[in-house]
Amino acid sequence: MIEIDDVSRLYGGVPVVDHVTLTIQPRTICVVVGTSGSGKTTLLRMINKLVNPSSGSLRIDGEDIAGIPAYELRRRIGYAIQGHGLFPHRTVGQNIATVPKLLGWDKAKTADRVDELLTLFQLDPQAFRDRLPHQLSGGEQQRVGVARALAAKPNILLMDEPYGALDPVIRAKAQHDLLAIQRKLGTTIVLVTHDMEEAIQLGHTIAVMAHGKLLQSATPTEIIGHPATPFIAELIGSSERPFRLLALSRVADHIEPGVAEGAPIDADASLRDAYADMLWSARSAMPVTRHGEIVGRLTLDALAKLAARPQ
Amino acid sequence: MVLGKSGQAARATRLVTVIGVSMSLADTADAHARPTWLALDKLGVLIAIVAAVGVVLPFALFRANRIVPGETIMLPAALPLPLVFLLAAVLLAGFVAALLRWPAWLKLATGFVVLATLFVLVGLAASYLTPEGETFARVSPGAGFWVLAFAFALLVTDALTRLRLRPQYRVAILVAVILAMALLLWSGLWNDLSMLKEYASRAQAFWSEAQTHLLLAFGSVATAALVGVPLGMVCYKVRRLRAGVLNVLNIVQTIPSIALFGLLIAPLAWVAANVPGAKAIGISGIGAAPALLALFAYSLLPIVSNTVVGLLGVSPAAIDAARGMGMTRWQRLLAVELPLAFPVILTGIRIVLVQNIGLTTIAALIGGGGFGVFVFQGIGQTAMDLVLLGAVPTVALAFAAAVLLDALVDMTARGARP
Amino acid sequence: MSWGIAIRLVALVVLVVFLVQPELFAGVFGALTQNGQPSIYNQGSLLDITLSHLGIVAVATLAATLVAVALAIIVTRPFGAEFLPLSRSLANIGQTFPPVAVLALAVPLLGFGTAPTLVALFLYGLLPIFENTLTGLTSTPPAVVEAARGMGMTGWQRLVRVELPIALPVILGGIRLSVVISLATATIGSTVAARTLGEVIIAGLQSNNTAFVLQGGLIVGVLAVLIYDGLSALERLLLARSGQASRANA
Repeated sequence: MIEIDDVSRLYGGVPVVDHVTLTIQPRTICVVVGTSGSGKTTLLRMINKLVNPSSGSLRIDGEDIAGIPAYELRRRIGYAIQGHGLFPHRTVGQNIATVPKLLGWDKAKTADRVDELLTLFQLDPQAFRDRLPHQLSGGEQQRVGVARALAAKPNILLMDEPYGALDPVIRAKAQHDLLAIQRKLGTTIVLVTHDMEEAIQLGHTIAVMAHGKLLQSATPTEIIGHPATPFIAELIGSSERPFRLLALSRVADHIEPGVAEGAPIDADASLRDAYADMLWSARSAMPVTRHGEIVGRLTLDALAKLAARPQ
Repeated sequence: MVLGKSGQAARATRLVTVIGVSMSLADTADAHARPTWLALDKLGVLIAIVAAVGVVLPFALFRANRIVPGETIMLPAALPLPLVFLLAAVLLAGFVAALLRWPAWLKLATGFVVLATLFVLVGLAASYLTPEGETFARVSPGAGFWVLAFAFALLVTDALTRLRLRPQYRVAILVAVILAMALLLWSGLWNDLSMLKEYASRAQAFWSEAQTHLLLAFGSVATAALVGVPLGMVCYKVRRLRAGVLNVLNIVQTIPSIALFGLLIAPLAWVAANVPGAKAIGISGIGAAPALLALFAYSLLPIVSNTVVGLLGVSPAAIDAARGMGMTRWQRLLAVELPLAFPVILTGIRIVLVQNIGLTTIAALIGGGGFGVFVFQGIGQTAMDLVLLGAVPTVALAFAAAVLLDALVDMTARGARP
Repeated sequence: MSWGIAIRLVALVVLVVFLVQPELFAGVFGALTQNGQPSIYNQGSLLDITLSHLGIVAVATLAATLVAVALAIIVTRPFGAEFLPLSRSLANIGQTFPPVAVLALAVPLLGFGTAPTLVALFLYGLLPIFENTLTGLTSTPPAVVEAARGMGMTGWQRLVRVELPIALPVILGGIRLSVVISLATATIGSTVAARTLGEVIIAGLQSNNTAFVLQGGLIVGVLAVLIYDGLSALERLLLARSGQASRANA
């Protein structure tokens, strides 16, 4: 658990982070959203002491981080940034092994971990271990960057606009993979982005910041349904709200018994995709499949109810 | 060598990154509470230590004649008592200005006052220490004077760097310093200093060598610019020529200057003897002609390579826009590419000019004249005053040229930016 | 490419043969002499002089490298940041001092011989190495430094494991410039009695013997070109290995 307690950071007397209090539950993804200059990156960098708070305190699992030497704390926390920051003079394997080496892991254990992570990120260890970063594509570099951050099995992973430099198709895949890996490893992730779409897609909780202040911290459903300020409503985009709500749920959770005509949809798809498909094929219901077998149907009526403002 | 010379062209842009870095360093330092002793200027502490060493070193050197080893004279004995107190007071002010975090302009002003006082007093010390009517005795500035001057020159340089003055102001300060030095020399305050005594006994030779030095240094750069810039333009347009030309010029640069000077003697002697009219325009085997030719050859590489680099660095968008507006190749070159590349070309000329002012001293070895005459005569006679008479004007000339051309580069770079 | 290597190999072989058995070339240089002057330098072994020349340059460059890199490291650390702007100005001003002046002014302090030459070469060699090290250390991509910090590297670990290795090719470029300048400047050292190839050239100038001048000049020139090319190749190799190939032609 990360507890941020009434934390401020001033630069030349001007608050960049202004009395922020926020608790991040273990094994969840918390996405901090804001425009540039909102203080979101500064807040993130205070968690691994890249920036020290001017006032207030931060605790990790109950321990005040002020008492932990910065380099020691940082080795316990994963850190992935935009533009990946891979060391250009080290191979992919050496890059991933950075923190284990700093922690003094033995060679065999480190090598095993490198291969394990490469496999986890769908990069063939044989092919990628000895390549240099500039020989990788942008998406591969980004994956290695996250793998490196996770190398020493940290409980916490901090990510600063990790997908900012990727094109939309690769970004969607990277986000999907991150969710799968987080579910598998149970890592607590704090991710900073300016993209509300990304926040809704990834976050268990979303914290919205502006001018150094925390405006609202809640679940995506809550944020979409009850934005605390007009600014947040604007970030979400009022005409997008019902679709964003649908995007949060999966077809599997809303299957009704019964039959329907036409092409089926997989139970793992999002309701938004299902809705688009029904509108496009002019149907009021569609069959749902799981592992190739039809398990029920989804109706347009049900979707209409789900897309309405939460009560 | 191409890399280094053209690399300097990028100095302006690099400076920006450096400033950025130093600011972020300051940021992290700021994150911790600043201990009170840091209110002292770190650099000032260094300057103060250097200056303190200067105070305890001998201020002047007295010799019975120009080549015997001398006796050292400490500061309190080097001047009449009131002047010793004056200097002590001024130095104290200098120490305070260096040590405390005063605004840069105040440090600059104090530094200049200290330097001016030191310069005037070293002349007075020479008069004070020279026995009445004695013509062979020599008084020269001692190690203490040089170290003190160096320390406060550091203070001035640091203040100027921090102020980041506009080019016009930098030139104005240069002109003011030159005028002050001229006034000091003209007033006769320094006439009893050993270097000026060397000057007095060969004033006529000094000015004629000065003329030769300027002619060789500036003449070679001017001709090299006239040839080098068009050659660079050709190399830019004709890609196949580029590597070849630059390689040849690169190899020329690796030949040691003495050898190149020497190697040109024979062919020029042949030209003088066999080409009608060559002798009449001053071409001969020894003397200024081979020196001028060698300096010209050395100057070509930086000018040509900076011209190419400057033209290559013009943003493709600007060229595209020019093409889109229907400019011909020539119009593009003259109206867009050359003006945008000009600061880089000028940087090349700056490098060459400073380099040639220094290299011209070597010309003396083949009878080419210039300030090097005094340097090598001085080395031969182990007369350091004579070496200084050649070296100091050379350094001053190179320094002034560097400041002036740096300012010019900055001004044109400013104009070239959109 | 292979042609270039072949030409350089031939130049190296010819140079070595000339240094060991200069008499073999007496005919070539004989054309440049008049009145029965000796065509090959005869006041000492060319090989010894060349080795002495290279030794002086090597010692001066090594010392300059150590000091310049150390200084550049200091001014790029937080505690030395205040010295950074001044050190740049000084490096810039230092370049306006002609080597002859530095050499001549070192004589009263150190006497004649090798010492003033070493000092002049050392001081003159500092500047390009310092300048390049500074460039290398300050142009490390910010994301890389940020990542190193974020992973918990201490300042020393960042310097040794990240910043210096990435800056190495650029530092090497500075050393290369420094060596080439020193090779040529060392010849001037012979005017204050240092044992360098300048001796051969000056002997030629004094006795009006172009053959000597050419011999001294050519040996220095060929050495400079070979060393320059060798270090350039090493630099390209390092750049490619450190994944900065795009900087190789910068």
